[in-house]
Amino acid sequence: MHVGVLYSRIRRDEKLLLSELRERGHEVTKIDVRDQQFGLTDAPAAFEGVDVAVDRCLSTSRSLYVTRFCEAYGVPVVNSAATADVCADKAKTSLALSEAGVPTPATTVAFTVESALAAIEEFGYPCVLKPVVGSWGRLMAKIDSESAAEAILEHKATLGHYEHKVFYVQEFVEKPGRDIRVLSLDGEPVAAEARSADHWLTNAAKGAEATEFELDDEATELVRAASDAVGGGLLGVDLMETSDGYTVHEVNHTVEYKALDDAVSVDVPAAVVDWLEATVAEGEGVEVTA
Amino acid sequence: MTECIECGAELTLHDDLETGEIVDCTTCGTELEVIDVNPPVLDRAPELEEDWGE
Repeated sequence: MHVGVLYSRIRRDEKLLLSELRERGHEVTKIDVRDQQFGLTDAPAAFEGVDVAVDRCLSTSRSLYVTRFCEAYGVPVVNSAATADVCADKAKTSLALSEAGVPTPATTVAFTVESALAAIEEFGYPCVLKPVVGSWGRLMAKIDSESAAEAILEHKATLGHYEHKVFYVQEFVEKPGRDIRVLSLDGEPVAAEARSADHWLTNAAKGAEATEFELDDEATELVRAASDAVGGGLLGVDLMETSDGYTVHEVNHTVEYKALDDAVSVDVPAAVVDWLEATVAEGEGVEVTA
Repeated sequence: MTECIECGAELTLHDDLETGEIVDCTTCGTELEVIDVNPPVLDRAPELEEDWGE
């Protein structure tokens, strides 16, 4: 098959994917989206002959648009524009999970400092304020007091991009010093890691320690349900353990898996390419070969 | 030989260098983006943007 890898930066995640594709003899076209121009009807020349485009854009805004353009051109894209749209925005993700009956932290969205402060007071302290678009644990605020809430809200309202005036307030979930990252392919869990840290943020990008995690039936079922809720695809589903079971707090649509690949016994890039081959074969109704 | 465009130090590059990859200058710490691989061409990497992530 011919795979177009959409990117603006090649991380180790993309190198792992590129190596696996090339080792199997697949044709790979790296498409730096910064070099492209997207018209309304015809795909840029770089997309010529591509059987599937894999969105590995580092930039969320580029990811959202490029997936939509791919679909307009009739180029199959992983993940879909609809999945990207839901996963890129924490408010949309929370709504999708809630509507699907997937346990997710209690969340309130408010549009003014005053209404956000009222929401924070309603949750009590500590609670959490997150940007609706953002990743790697950046700009996350654990709010411990009213005075801290007032300061953070004022800063966001004054200094921030307009999206920072969409105040996403969430309950603080007491977790056992770790959360769980699951890489799933159309809802099927491939591998899972526990990400542990002394800090309340346990993102890999924040330096959390990753160890292999064995999913139980409940977690497996929640991963499937969370994947379905956002439209499926190649996803990173994040769960926290609570006294009542699991809660799903995030689903990532351009999932990074280098830390996971290091931590688990599963060959993650191989599983991803297996799935890509099957996805393309399903679309074409034929067996995929190099 | 490839030099860091920031400090001029000689860089040791991987054999499997990819266009679009970022390499760090071990002398000055500057992040450098691989613009081309044969021969290697490097430029200063873009600064982190707020919407970057996974």
